[in-house]
Amino acid sequence: MQVELTVNGEQRSDDVEPRLLLVHYLREVCGLRAANIGCDTTSCGACTVLLNGESVKSCTVLAAQATGQDVVTAEGLAAAGELHPVQAAFRAEHGLQCGFCTPGMVMAAVSLLRENPSPTEEQVREGLEGNLCRCTGYHNIIRAVLAASGQAEVTA
Amino acid sequence: MSILGTRVLRTEDPRFLTTGGVYTEDLTDEALDGACHVFFVRSPIAHARIGRVDLSAALAAPGVIAAFSGADLADLPAIEPMMAGMLNAKMTRRLLAIDKVRFVGDPVAVVVTEDPYQGEDAVELVDVDYDPLPAVVDFDDALSNETILFEDAGTNVVVEFGNAGSLKPELFDGCEVVVSHTFGNQRVAPAPMESRAAAAVWGEDGRLTTWIPNQGAQSARDDLAKMLDVEASQVRVITPDVGGAFGAKFGADPEHAVVAWVARQLGRPARWTETRFENLISMTHGRGQRHTIMIGGSRDGDVLGYRLEIIQDGGAYPRIGAVLPFLTIMMATGPYSIPNAEAIGTSVVTTTTPIGAYRGAGRPEATAALERALDLFAAEIGMDPADVRRRNLLPPFTEPHQTAFGALYDSGDYAAALDKALEAAGYADLRAEQASRRASGGTVQMGIGVSCYVEITGGGDESGAPQENATVEVHPDGTATILTGTSPHGQGHSTAWAMIASEELGIPVENFTVRWGDTDLIPVGGGTGGSRSLQQGGAAVQQASKELIELARERAAAALEASAADLQFDPGRSAFAVAGDPDASVRLADLAKDERLFVHSIFTAPGATFPFGTHVAVAEVDTETGKAVLRRVITVDDAGLVLNPLLAEGQRHGGIAQGAAQALLEEVVYDADGNPLTASFADYPIVSATELPSFELASMETPTSYNPLGVKGIGEAGTIGATPAVQSAIIDAVAHLGVRHVEMPTTPMRVWRALVEASAQGTDSESA
Repeated sequence: MQVELTVNGEQRSDDVEPRLLLVHYLREVCGLRAANIGCDTTSCGACTVLLNGESVKSCTVLAAQATGQDVVTAEGLAAAGELHPVQAAFRAEHGLQCGFCTPGMVMAAVSLLRENPSPTEEQVREGLEGNLCRCTGYHNIIRAVLAASGQAEVTA
Repeated sequence: MSILGTRVLRTEDPRFLTTGGVYTEDLTDEALDGACHVFFVRSPIAHARIGRVDLSAALAAPGVIAAFSGADLADLPAIEPMMAGMLNAKMTRRLLAIDKVRFVGDPVAVVVTEDPYQGEDAVELVDVDYDPLPAVVDFDDALSNETILFEDAGTNVVVEFGNAGSLKPELFDGCEVVVSHTFGNQRVAPAPMESRAAAAVWGEDGRLTTWIPNQGAQSARDDLAKMLDVEASQVRVITPDVGGAFGAKFGADPEHAVVAWVARQLGRPARWTETRFENLISMTHGRGQRHTIMIGGSRDGDVLGYRLEIIQDGGAYPRIGAVLPFLTIMMATGPYSIPNAEAIGTSVVTTTTPIGAYRGAGRPEATAALERALDLFAAEIGMDPADVRRRNLLPPFTEPHQTAFGALYDSGDYAAALDKALEAAGYADLRAEQASRRASGGTVQMGIGVSCYVEITGGGDESGAPQENATVEVHPDGTATILTGTSPHGQGHSTAWAMIASEELGIPVENFTVRWGDTDLIPVGGGTGGSRSLQQGGAAVQQASKELIELARERAAAALEASAADLQFDPGRSAFAVAGDPDASVRLADLAKDERLFVHSIFTAPGATFPFGTHVAVAEVDTETGKAVLRRVITVDDAGLVLNPLLAEGQRHGGIAQGAAQALLEEVVYDADGNPLTASFADYPIVSATELPSFELASMETPTSYNPLGVKGIGEAGTIGATPAVQSAIIDAVAHLGVRHVEMPTTPMRVWRALVEASAQGTDSESA
């Protein structure tokens, strides 16, 4: 079947299997491999992307469902060679280690801050509950999101 | 100003944050064009004889290229356990099971397809006849040998460390109080966010090139060569970005060898990425010990005797997990001075996923047992747990201290770490608040847990002395390359190694390229594990950099027509200048123009180092529901000098979270038939952001003399210190209600049951 959608600002039209997941579409058809697959149960959030500005787990959306919509991945968050303020905060606060959860975590954080520009620490923790990280203990991820919201001192 | 000790941001990050890392599944190397996809058929039964394996339906499915069962790989040698001289060598494994399956997840066949979606479909069509045998899940069932996993071995015991007959009856002579207890250190899942994967292709020269997420390409290469029965020189392992490992990606697994075998058999590249379900049932698990402790001493708090008996669950096939009691025993008395102590261990096989290394690997178990014992002892004599610890800690030492269990502690000041942590926590105030909350009788009570530890990092490998190699090369354009035998997977070696070399060479950090994980480029290396990398790999980078300056000095002397002794190296300009004539100078980079300028160097340490510290945890427990909430974790982790506080703190944070997770909620569970009940992230309660507080880190840096950087390992401190602190805090929250112990993980059900039992006992003793 044919899907027509916008990915990182680029209009696309592709012929796909109806059961193709959005994450596989992005990775295999579009060649955008920042979003990762970390589980089979919509638990880990490594595949999080923005669909019409809101975070979704792209393992739980069919490519077909994204027809007519606007998808943004970590690759498209800022101009090439630049960092989005949330990406910059993740670097400044050492909010990533192995990097596997990072693109998804960043997209979830961007979405969270759009909904709530000045969250409390507790709200950040709740907002990111669906994104798992095994390296950072979340400490610096929380710091990064608070810093990106202008609420925490940048320690670096 | 020195760059060492400063918070340099990671050079790795921009790539990870934008295009993402290139993990094995992301590879687009043209050598892998046209790759087929391998899917494993895994046993759904814990223990069974394998009958007929019918591949025909799968072979007829759309897109299926081939399917193989264990019989097809029968020519390959059975895999002996590592350290086969020590472990029961009859407990061998096949790449694909042939006669028997021994755990749910044991691979029995593979289906190979053009497209991954076809593989998902076809793998369901393989029909295997199983003749079930009794499962062996429980320690006591394993020890009874009623059902034996390996008939040839004649026993389920893999190895014994000491034996019960060696226990000294006089151990507790003179003790006014002796407390004993048996408790578990439960099996947990390492659960790196990236599962296992492989991509493999054979060249026309008959050599295998394989990409595997791992912790050391060189050991992965050697494992693969053994499993595939080829020379190590025929195998090239390349390490892509690795999405976390935590000990579970050291070496190569049977699945990695099967993917390579399929690629050779079909004459085309092959790829595999395991699902999370596969990962949780077939990647090695961690921990899995049962401890029986006895602790004795005087009523005024002197610990005089300690005994630890360990049973280690090795899982279905003995791997490094079976050896871990060795480390647990070595660290049995931790930072304390205990006049009489003994420790023994037995490893057994069970029909469960094999146990391997998991962050801390043997040392968290030692600390958990000892700290739990000290708390039980403190409760028995009615003394504050922190006071009992202070009273029994070894005094500060700067010359190595030999323990009764063969460890040689390099340097330590354990009481200082304890005092610093208590001060940072506001311990006296916390106890006052606890007393007032207890007095008020509210339903949410507060507890404080204290855990002191010392651990071993950077121990030698099987071949002997702890060492690592590095190559540093300066290029004419002012950039530099570092080759290292370590293998980062989140630790930030690109930044850290560049900092070390930059300090010596005066080349900016961003001008370095750090490379690892290609066995053709770097044939020798110890990889990253056991918190060894900075103290050996980093020290090797420093040593190579210093040697490079001396090599360059000779060239500079010739270029400037000066005596080498008259030349000074100015890192600020990355140039040599003649003393007293700064205009007569030559840049380091210019000395690489006519001839390559590089040094390969091997750093050898005199021994392992022993970082130490104290963790304090504060938890709240709802006494009506048993629900525990972790409120604070305060830690002092002294791992010698700190190269980059940003990276060191990150290591501490991650370890604390995993350690707290073991105390609070994580556990791999099997039912009595050996069925895994925690085979997805919907069932395995991997810790999330909402279950943890922010952490409070206090710094303490006692240098070691074992390397010129003065550093020890920091990677595993968190899982060693935090687990007992958090467990103790939860028990302490309900201690005044008569609870002395709650098993890990301290789920609401377990805490609530402990409260009910304590209440019933209290009522019994009152009525009696």
